[in-house]
Amino acid sequence: MEFCGGHTVAIFKHGIRQLLPETIEMLSGPGCPVCVTANTDLDKAIALAHLPNVITTSFGDMIRVPGSYSSLQVTKAEGCDVRVVYSVQDALYIARDNPDKSVIFIGIGFETTAPTIAASILQAEQEGINNYYLLSLHKLCPPIMKALLDLGEVRLNGIVCPGHVSSIIGSYPYQFIPDNYNIACVVSGFEPLDILLCIDMLVNQIETGQYNVEIAYRRGVKPEGNQQALRLMDTVFEVSEANWRGIGVVPSSGLRLKARYEQFNAETNFDINPDPSREAKGCLCGSILRGVSTPLDCKLFHQSCTPEHPVGPCMVSSEGSCATYYHYGDIYTG
Amino acid sequence: MCLAIPALVKSIDGHQAEIDIDGVTRQVSIQLTPEVKVGDYVLLHTGYAINVIDEAEAQETLKLLRELSEVR
Repeated sequence: MEFCGGHTVAIFKHGIRQLLPETIEMLSGPGCPVCVTANTDLDKAIALAHLPNVITTSFGDMIRVPGSYSSLQVTKAEGCDVRVVYSVQDALYIARDNPDKSVIFIGIGFETTAPTIAASILQAEQEGINNYYLLSLHKLCPPIMKALLDLGEVRLNGIVCPGHVSSIIGSYPYQFIPDNYNIACVVSGFEPLDILLCIDMLVNQIETGQYNVEIAYRRGVKPEGNQQALRLMDTVFEVSEANWRGIGVVPSSGLRLKARYEQFNAETNFDINPDPSREAKGCLCGSILRGVSTPLDCKLFHQSCTPEHPVGPCMVSSEGSCATYYHYGDIYTG
Repeated sequence: MCLAIPALVKSIDGHQAEIDIDGVTRQVSIQLTPEVKVGDYVLLHTGYAINVIDEAEAQETLKLLRELSEVR
């Protein structure tokens, strides 16, 4: 399984599946933070965006994802102030430049992104920016990898471990996988040769029965990760449960702001009452994210669900399986 | 979402740096990589340098890839 959506895209884009022998099957995992954001959480973001005097800021790929009833893009079209930002630092500057508004950042992302968000909170505190808020929907990779393996729905021999998440967390957090599950793990880069090297190393582990965590992406990942980034994350966030689309609530798999940074917490500083969440009928994103189905199994795929009119997040996100199959695969056979 | 691309550090000013990606320059934060030096390549993710790219390891990987292609 390639866990990370970025690897799924690279594998498809560079025709790697067609190069691999029939004995190797690649399954896509839930490593797309946009795709795994549950409707309940997206509905919260949309409810916050409707509040008066609020500027809602978000990474671009979240804007078009349909929640239960709406999306941030539709909310913007309705006249609410919703702005796409490239960097969380841009959201902070919007807060600094608009002191009479409340600026809420919709925090999506795994461990690659969470340290940048942590840095923005510390910067806000340091610069006295008191109108900046975070809705933390951040999630952690090793816990969901464990949850997926414990579900036992897919039998894996190897995992292409995330590249840039590992730049932050290093390779040690994956050690439980070869140790407890006898599954090969290799951290991969994103160039086509990086991925082929990774698969070669995985096959080697499987064939020799020597399961371990190796790093193929050594120019970008150290075993100990980025200690400064980890320190920033640890200063600002604590581990909490998180709601994963298609999987449900998983303990200790998310991040929330520590009590000390409560003043920046959008969840506790604003009063919202979104309508009960619901899932889009027929959408298979949930089981696709667990590697149990592919987009080809979904009746909506390339019919009522296309990049122009997406039903679920896997078709919206640039790293979603459905968008990847649509753009780079054969929509009939994969 | 976890996309990060290599960028060359052109200058540093406190917690910010000017980087260059193929001629396009931008101010980014180096709060996650305070050890970075001018001339380093960093992995850039949403306006933050998340890692300094290890040139020796990059060369090592290229060597490994060349060896791999020779075996096949």
